[in-house]
Formats: sequence, structure tokens, C-alpha cells
Amino acid sequence: MKTLKLCTAALALLASGSTFAAGRDYISIVGSSTVYPFSTVVAERFGKSTEFKTPKIESTGTGGGMKLFCKGLGVDTPDVTNASRRIKESELTMCHENGVKEVVEVLIGFDGIVMANDINSHNFALTRKDIFLALAKEIPGEKEGELKANPYTMWNEINPELPAIKIEVLGPPPTSGTRDAFVELAMEGGCKSFDWIKAMKKKDKSAYKSMCHTIREDGAYIEAGENDNLIIQKLQKNPNALGIFGFSFLDQNADLVKAATVDAATPEFETIASGEYPVSRPLYFYVKKAHVSQIPGMEAFLKEFTSKKAMGDEGYLTDKGLIPLDEDKYTEVATGIKELKNLEL
Amino acid sequence: MNKPINNTDQVKLSLKKRYFKEKVFKSAGLLAIGIAFMFLLVLLTDIITKAMPAFSQTQVNLTVSIDADELGLKDDSSREDFMAADFRQPIRQALRDRFPEATKRKVKKELYTLVSIGAEYQLRDAVLENPALLGQSVTMDFIADDDVDAVIKGAIDRTLPESDRRVKDQKLGWILEMEASGEVHKTFNWLFFSAGDSREPELAGIKGAILGSLYTLLVTLALSFPVAVAAAIYLEEFAPKNRFIDFIEININNLAAVPSIVFGLLGLAVFINFFSMPRSAPLVGGIVLSLMTLPTIIIASRSAIKAVPPSLREAALGLGASKMQTVFHHVLPAALPGILTGTIIGMAQALGETAPLLMIGMVAFIVDIPQSIGDPSTVLPIQVFLWADAPERGFLEKTSAAILVLLVFLIAMNAVAIRLRKKFEKKW
Repeated sequence: MKTLKLCTAALALLASGSTFAAGRDYISIVGSSTVYPFSTVVAERFGKSTEFKTPKIESTGTGGGMKLFCKGLGVDTPDVTNASRRIKESELTMCHENGVKEVVEVLIGFDGIVMANDINSHNFALTRKDIFLALAKEIPGEKEGELKANPYTMWNEINPELPAIKIEVLGPPPTSGTRDAFVELAMEGGCKSFDWIKAMKKKDKSAYKSMCHTIREDGAYIEAGENDNLIIQKLQKNPNALGIFGFSFLDQNADLVKAATVDAATPEFETIASGEYPVSRPLYFYVKKAHVSQIPGMEAFLKEFTSKKAMGDEGYLTDKGLIPLDEDKYTEVATGIKELKNLEL
Repeated sequence: MNKPINNTDQVKLSLKKRYFKEKVFKSAGLLAIGIAFMFLLVLLTDIITKAMPAFSQTQVNLTVSIDADELGLKDDSSREDFMAADFRQPIRQALRDRFPEATKRKVKKELYTLVSIGAEYQLRDAVLENPALLGQSVTMDFIADDDVDAVIKGAIDRTLPESDRRVKDQKLGWILEMEASGEVHKTFNWLFFSAGDSREPELAGIKGAILGSLYTLLVTLALSFPVAVAAAIYLEEFAPKNRFIDFIEININNLAAVPSIVFGLLGLAVFINFFSMPRSAPLVGGIVLSLMTLPTIIIASRSAIKAVPPSLREAALGLGASKMQTVFHHVLPAALPGILTGTIIGMAQALGETAPLLMIGMVAFIVDIPQSIGDPSTVLPIQVFLWADAPERGFLEKTSAAILVLLVFLIAMNAVAIRLRKKFEKKW
């Protein structure tokens, strides 16, 4: 009987797959989609140049990665999580509560967020204040402590030196880590330049946050999805629009788009590494110390990732757009990973 | 008073209007088909033209001298020694020999990017396969870097001014020189069909995703087909007519309308968290998708069984067959073409599904080709999604090529469905 045969086949298939509980012979990595492009490159090289299996990398976002990572110890939990911000105290506590007592932190480098437009279009020299005034939902009014709905529709209304074109910015949706970082670094940076708002941070943090972090919803900021390639394609079609995306995409598409300077700094390797370009963030990954001796290849993988060849200032990760650490920080990270220093916040 | 008209005249009077209405309806239908066809055509030509370059690959022909001493290898070196040896050096030396004018550090670094980073592994594997090559000089084709590939395929415009071009004048000069002498040439991209995913566009292949899709569909088929057919037979042939059965029927129909992401959440909660099955495995993917396909197959199977004429059943019963024998010897074979068509349509739906697989970790970077249903793997539509998101420009053509492979799969499955129906279909 056909049905019966298929049933047995199904059972056989299930049986062949049931060996999974025994253990895991590959490294499992989760976390930030910003670190994903770098982590995958290391994983691939590691898989090709050693006898170990290639690590599996899921792009779950920083927060989602932390949740999976801190769920506990054992082969059904990930060994490493990538993060485009530092681990929060609450997340570390969650880890500790679930038995993940020792976590090792590795700072791998920096990532810049750029605002760019079509290469044949206007040159933009922005300040963080300009960015805030162009994109915030509400901006400070005439008097101190007063807010008004953002009235600006043209760039030159904000700053007469900017081109006389409509404000049109294509950027990632609220679920994106890039958006979080952009809001925190660029918008809040500009927001803080108003003294009375800065003073508010101490008094009423949540009001301060909603003032500085809320992006306008009247069509000037267009949510273009998480796909940065799509934003670049749209910029070519619309020379008046600016797009927000990660530095690695600018690096790859330098012939199609050009970046705006922010606070007079052009986004380049050097300026981002030195902190001169203000819209940049650190990238990390976190390792479960207890897994290092359990999962085959962990030690070798960590060594590969933190080697000069990978994340040094001429390493292959810089070819993919990672902004490397300076010499002192690098040495600190490299020794930290050798000792598997436990993270304490 | 009007002259009474007879029926024929009345029909004649309304005839013009009725013809006109028919004409309007026909042309509206034609228009709808035309529009749909046009969209399909635009979509297909766009995908095919974008995908074509992905099927050829640029190779760089180099003569490499493999110096055993420099690599620190002997004939009896172990496999580990081979894996650890730095095979970049012989390739770099070959490039320096080919273009001796590159002496400055920065220029040399640029020169090394003519070949892919995969070239060293190509050379290593060649030597591993044939250790006699140690100490020899070999001429072989190495995979070119994605930038070189883009220049050769015309994706990078050579006539643009240097500042607007991703490949600078110096590198372009080398490429053009090698192209003129035939050292750089295009071949069919076999690697695309034999490799797993990669972060280098020139090394990325679709085999991992094809196998992942295959394993997932196998699990789906093995689970959903027998269960769905059994359920359909029971409901149609054996079930008593009562409220409980009605309730089940309604729920099966509702299940078919549940958004697929819900099944993903269920899979995450039940199979991964509760039964601790492995994340990212075709096993879990297949189970989740079979939950999704079950109602589709049940509904199709039931209508196929319903369409079998009752005279067939009555004849079998009349000749003394039991109910069970009637169903399995007569009704089921007659309903099989319909059941199989429904199954294949359900499978095709499962093949293109991504949402439930998001939740169970199949959106992942996986280089190794999966060997069983327990290995981590991804599936075709997710591979499309991952490549569409990659920053490297070379992945643009790979994305379209992966879509094309997926479409070929779908068309093949639908063709099988049509063929089965044609072959077994009976007119009562």
C-alpha cells in the first residue's frame, strides 16, 4: 500500500534525524544584523581553513539575540551573540539568572551610519542640529520650554547654506537597529544642542527621550524597509532624496551614492575610527565561557575572529566595511579573549 | 394604442443591446488577461535578464609554482598541515610575476584582489587531491574577484571617469590587459550549483538551499500526505453525520485560512522549546510546513473522493466487498489523480513559504551543505531574501538567479501535477 509505504518512509526519516539530541559539532551564533556581515565572513574563512564545521549564523537582531543567548546553557542554546550596542545590565542579569554565569565581551570595531544621496546630486554638509530639525516630529519653539510641530519642508529653511530642495529622507523602520542608533546618535546629538532640552534630561528623562527620539510622520521621513540595497536603488531614481544606511553599503556603492558630511566630518575609515565622525557605534559579540570547552572549534573560532588578519586595521573585515579598533584597544581585546575575561558591568 | 408585437420582434429589438453587452464583457475579460500577462512578462524578463550573468563566471588563468619548502609541506605531511599551509603566497607570487611593475605595498595589495579569496582554497584542494603537484609549476584557472567579474560582464562601466568607478584605473588596466591576452575568460558557473552560501558573491552557490528545500519538502510530504489522505477518507466515507464531525470540518476549513506565521510561532513554542528539536533544521521546518499544508490536502482529497460516482461503491458493496475493501480497492484509486494534484499544489505552496521558517531559525548563514534533515540549513526563498539583503553588488545577479531556480522548481512541480491529472483522469 502506497500510504503505508510513505508512512514507514516518514518514520525512517524521523529516526535518521533523531540523532540531534546527542550534541552539536558546529558553533551557533545569533544576534545583530549589523554584525552579521562581519561575523559571516569570519565564519566562512574559519570553515574553509580548518577541519571544523562552518558556524551557523542567524540574524535575529541584537535584542532577539540576547534573549536566545541568555536562555541558558546547553547545546540547544547559541554559543555567541552579536550586538550593535553594549549588553544591557538587565540582559546580563537575565543571563546570570538562567545559569549563564560567565559571559565574555569582545569589542570588534565600529560601524558608521551615513546619510547619502545620488552621486550627481547636491552636496550636503549637515550638522546634527540640522538633522534633528529636519526629522524631528516636534522642534523647540520661540520660547524656552515650548515645542511646535516641525514646520520645515525645505532644507534651506533650516540652514540657508543647504540646497533648496524638499526634505525627503529614506530610512529604516523602527524595528531596525540602524534606526535606533541613528536616532540616538544623530537626532539626540542635535537635540542636545538646545541647552534647555539638555537640562531636561536630568529632570524628566522620558519627556526628553520622546522629544529627541520621535521622528516626524508627515511624509518627510519615508520608511523604506530594512533592505539597504533598496534604499540605494531608490536614491538613484530620486536625486532629491537622502538615504540613511550603514557605512558598509556606502563603501560598496561609492560609485552610485555620496555621503553627506556631518559636523564637517566626512564618513571615512579614519574619521569613524577616531570618533571625529559623530554618527558611529561600537560593535560587539558575547561568548558563553562555559561553551568554549564544550563546542568543538570555539577556541579556534575566537582566535580567528580576534586575529590581526581579521579585525586588525588591515584585516579582511575592513574590506567588508568594518571600522577597526586602534592599536591600544585592539591589544586590550586580544588579551581579554585569551584570558576569557568574565564581563562585569 | 400600440400595435402588439410578437415574441420574435421583441427578441430582434433587444438583440443589438445583448450583443453589445456580450462584446463589452468579452473585451473586459481579454483586457484582464492581457494585463496579467503583461505583468508576468515584465517580471520574468526583468528576472531573467538580471539573472543571466550569474550563470557565467570569470576565471583568471595563472601559472603558479608550488614550492613545497615555502609552504612547509612534505609529501608525507598530514591533512592538518595542508589545511594550515598558507596557499595565498604562491598565488600572490604568480600575480607579482605576471605584473612585475607592482612593487609598492598598496599597489601589490590591489593586485592581490584580482583573484577571489577562494583561490587559495582552490589551489589547496588541487594539491590535496594530487600531492604530486608539490614542487611543480601548474597553470590553472582561478575564480576572479567579484569586481573583476563585474568589469568583464559589463556591470561596471569602463568608460566612466575614474572617480565614479569602483574599479580604479590601475586595476582596470590589468584586467583589460589580461582580457586582451585571453588570460581572463568566462566559463559556465558550475560553482553556483555545487556550493553552499558564501559572503563572497563569486563563491556563493545555491546547492545548500536546494537541498534544504528538498529535505524540508520530503518531511512535509511524508507527514502531511498520509495523515491528510487518511483524514479525508475517514471524513468522507466512514464518519457519522453528527455535530462533532461538523465541528471538525469547520475547523479544518478555518485552519486553511490561518496566516502561516502562526504555524511558525507554534513550531517555535512546541517543537523547539518544548521538544527541544534543533533550530534551523529541515526536520522542524518540514513539520511546521506540513501543519500548514494539511488542510489544503485534506480539502482537495475530500472533493476528489466526493467526485467518485456512488455507483462504483454500490457495485463493489453489492459484490460482497467490505466497506474497507471498497474504499481502498475502488474509491481511492479513482480519486488518486485529484488527491495527487492537491498534494502537489500544497507542496508548491510550502516550497515558496518563508514566514513560518523565520521563527524557527532557518534564516541563517549556512555554508556547509546539509547532509540530513537534522543539519542546519536554509531554503530557496530564504536564500533569495538573504542575498537581496547583502551589501556586495555581485549578489544582485545571484538573487535573480536564485529566484529563477525557485521558479523552475515551481513550474516543474505544477507540470507534474498537470501530467498526473491528465494521465489518470477518468470521465464518468
